[in-house]
Amino acid sequence: MATDPYLHNDTLKSRMMTGLGRVTNAWGGVAVQGILTLGDISLFTFQMLRWMVTARPKRETLLPNFYSVGVLSLPVVALTGTFIGMVLAIQSFHQFKSIGMETRLGAVINMSLVRELGPVLAATMLAGRVGSAMAAVIGTMRVTEQIDALISMGANPIHYLVVPRFLACVLLIPALTVMADFMGIVGGYFYSVIVLGIDHAQYLRNSRDFVGTFDLFSGVFKSFFFGAVIAIVSCYRGFHCQPGADGVGRAATAAFVQSFVMILALDIVLNLFLDAIYFAIWPSGAKLF
Amino acid sequence: MDESIVDQIVSSSPQGPRAIVETERLTVQFGRQTILKDVSISIPRGQTVAIIGESGCGKTMLLKSIVGLLRPTSGRVRFDGQDINLLNDQDMTAMRKRFGFVFQNAALFDSMTIHQNVEFPLKQHGVPKGKQANRLIIDRLAEVGLPSNVMPKKPAQLSGGMRKRVGLARALILEPDLLLYDEPTTGLDPIMSDIINELMLRTRKRYPVTSVIVTHDMHSARKVADRIVMLHPFSRLKPGESQVLFDDVPEMLDKTRDRRVKQFVHGEAGERLMEMLVTKNEGDLETPNLYDSIRRNETDGE
Repeated sequence: MATDPYLHNDTLKSRMMTGLGRVTNAWGGVAVQGILTLGDISLFTFQMLRWMVTARPKRETLLPNFYSVGVLSLPVVALTGTFIGMVLAIQSFHQFKSIGMETRLGAVINMSLVRELGPVLAATMLAGRVGSAMAAVIGTMRVTEQIDALISMGANPIHYLVVPRFLACVLLIPALTVMADFMGIVGGYFYSVIVLGIDHAQYLRNSRDFVGTFDLFSGVFKSFFFGAVIAIVSCYRGFHCQPGADGVGRAATAAFVQSFVMILALDIVLNLFLDAIYFAIWPSGAKLF
Repeated sequence: MDESIVDQIVSSSPQGPRAIVETERLTVQFGRQTILKDVSISIPRGQTVAIIGESGCGKTMLLKSIVGLLRPTSGRVRFDGQDINLLNDQDMTAMRKRFGFVFQNAALFDSMTIHQNVEFPLKQHGVPKGKQANRLIIDRLAEVGLPSNVMPKKPAQLSGGMRKRVGLARALILEPDLLLYDEPTTGLDPIMSDIINELMLRTRKRYPVTSVIVTHDMHSARKVADRIVMLHPFSRLKPGESQVLFDDVPEMLDKTRDRRVKQFVHGEAGERLMEMLVTKNEGDLETPNLYDSIRRNETDGE
């Protein structure tokens, strides 16, 4: 039986249009949802900042958060910092030795640590250890009506729950970053000098010559932003937790994953910014980006 | 309910029997789903009102709208003549001092001890402090039948009934004008349920409080309430019908002619079971034998 070519073309066209419509609809939905979430997070951050400047957080809400973020994160940050310093030494040694520059290892390890690995590592550990816990705690409070109970008793949940966590993250992450830097430097020194036998004096001199105050400053400066991102994303995920155990689990996972992605994205932007500042102050320096 | 107490409270009130809480054409929607539509209820000072209705009819939403935990899509909620949705943060906080909310699962703060939980509203509103606050906490816990040795414990160490009683003590600590209970007896054994009922009655005798109780428990509603309001799910209403199916004293529940009210009060599934058994495809039944037996019973009854 002969088919009508026009009818066939129409059907094909109609199917293609329907398919295109569906794809546009799906991507449009994702885009709209993304914009809505971004707007929501911005409002959440604005409310948090407003509460931070208008009402002083209470001591009993600040201290447990400072303890959890600062004191309890210290061992894991120190340990991972040490390992990273040692791994850098192991990875770089043979390549530097092949060109006879193994004494420069100190410069490479310490520069990588203070500028990049120290702050990013401290932030990653904080996002994993504290960020997901924040989302889980606030999420559980949301699903068990504890946040409603706070409101009904005249407490603002953003002031009571978010501001202390934000302050703890922002104010203590620089200390954790310095700790990660220090332990990484110690780990790198230990492996390079004690295990690989690189000359102690040359290792230290090269480190001192190449790693400057601005490098240390840039790492610590970035960490403030990483801390802020961890607190905001984690608390926001907790506040918007779906009901049930699954909802709390998803909130905790999303808090870590989104914080981590944001840390890396922010790292690029902040590096470009710091690089621009560096070359504005010292125009003769070698451009990195 | 002892009517003399109600009369005493109402007449002793300086503002007379004026409504302390009023909802005016209250509507709550989530996206396209309507939970409450044009619900108007007026609760006089000193009255105890039980709000009953099947799951999903919007009882808890009504309660949360009254206390300002939920902003209605339209309509008004007035507390003591003031529209609570027009209040600024400061005024709202001051007004919340006059509310006490007993949550369904107590909603005690896990990270705090029982003492800290009951103390929380006092700290939040800055009254009173020190030994006086401690005395007050011990007294409130004693009023709900809890000894002072529970104070250092965490909520997870207490039973469900004890947690509810701590929730009641916490709600009472500031001697509120309005006490809201969200399913206070749900999940408790009959004895503990009756203890909670008795505590609600005793609270009423001790304080000139207005109470709104959301419950499924008809025994509790009849025992505690001066007035019963029954809500019906909006999706099940006929066009133009009010969501408030019943609004009267408990004694009138047995005299009502509304089939849906009778069905709820006596806990009968009726045609609702058949509706649930019929799948989307008409005539295609999930469990035809059960369906047939129900239909046969109904035919026999006729």
